[in-house]
Amino acid sequence: MSGLLLALTILLAAAMIGAALVAILGKSMPIAILAAGLVSLLASVLFLLLASPDVAMTEAAIGSGLTTFLFFFILGRMRGGEHD
Amino acid sequence: MIRKFAALLILAGIAAIFTGLLFTYEPDAELNTTARYYAERTAADIGAANIVTAIVVTYRGLDTLGEVTVLFLTAAIVGLVLARGRRRKEDRHLAPVGELLATGSRFLAPLIILLGVYVFVNGHLTPGGGFQGGAIIASGVLLILLADPCRCLSHRIIDTVESVSGLFYVGIALLGIVLAGGFLDSHLLPRGELGDLFSAGAIPLIYSLIGLKVGAEFSSILAHLSETEEL
Amino acid sequence: MALIAMAAGFILILIGFYGALTNRNILRMIVAFTVADTGVNIVMVAVGYMRGRTAPILDNTVPAAAAAARIIDPVPQALVLTAIVIGMGVTALMLAFAYRFYEKKRTLDITKCTELKW
Repeated sequence: MSGLLLALTILLAAAMIGAALVAILGKSMPIAILAAGLVSLLASVLFLLLASPDVAMTEAAIGSGLTTFLFFFILGRMRGGEHD
Repeated sequence: MIRKFAALLILAGIAAIFTGLLFTYEPDAELNTTARYYAERTAADIGAANIVTAIVVTYRGLDTLGEVTVLFLTAAIVGLVLARGRRRKEDRHLAPVGELLATGSRFLAPLIILLGVYVFVNGHLTPGGGFQGGAIIASGVLLILLADPCRCLSHRIIDTVESVSGLFYVGIALLGIVLAGGFLDSHLLPRGELGDLFSAGAIPLIYSLIGLKVGAEFSSILAHLSETEEL
Repeated sequence: MALIAMAAGFILILIGFYGALTNRNILRMIVAFTVADTGVNIVMVAVGYMRGRTAPILDNTVPAAAAAARIIDPVPQALVLTAIVIGMGVTALMLAFAYRFYEKKRTLDITKCTELKW
């Protein structure tokens, strides 16, 4: 059981770092925003593994839900500017 | 090029500090004094099953009041910054919303808001609470905003909910000085049985008000951002 | 497990700082800040974790009398709860100012903002 949790933690950490690299280095702006939302979503699963369900709920609802939509609202109003 | 080099140099310094922290870190074997106090006294003093809620609402209640104030200021500044020179809604020509989308969103939005209410009413028993419930309510409002962009969301309702819940929050906090031990004391109401819905004194009431206020603030931020005109 | 999570959090902070320092597109800088924000939260929660203990919620399996020996530290969790909500507010503010900037300059490149340069 403990080994399984450890493997899951390593997998989540690797996926988070990969998604963060996509968010910073990727060429397309919408994909970068989605990757940042994915980092938050994976982080909320990690919080659950670290026995903090309160923080996991907050991160899933606010960090990965609402923040991503804020970015898309603004990005939708700035057509043409995102390739600078 | 020099800019990137300087950035990498700074990052190398920070990384060295982080590595030092990571390799000298030793997890505690026992709870420290503060955490031990909260773990041992919450059930007897406050009566809330969720210790995080007891800390957020009662032990560190003043911090939460400050946090809600910061959120209110954020919502106000976002409104102020985006308010100038906004076009009227009627100028936008959008295709009418399809029947399926309209009915579906009208069916789902109240259910999502109900889930948010459930989360913050049970904040002292289960994981969750005012902030999570508020965010869920705001996502219900987001569904309404996305499904029907032509409909102007009533800012008056959002503002009223926000002000009234904020006023009641501060009012209950002040009542604590008169009727109980101090500002934001939860012993206004009887402590009740650990694990019941109506227990933990005023915590369910305070957390519900926080949930309504946070939900209204997030909804106001989302509505302002979605009403910005296309540049 | 806490060490792995902490290392991942530190790496996320570094990636976020790198993005914020090297990008010139203001939206990308804000994305980088949210990544660093998540990293800080992970590190703080990992500090409070203890092996073999459970979440700070009292019920039948965690009776109030034995709570101090069974639960993890609840204080970092309460702090991170605050930090996430405030982080979302800060992001909304940064985005609103980015919108105003774009409205004025018609570009997202912050090197075009030269009024305060000398």
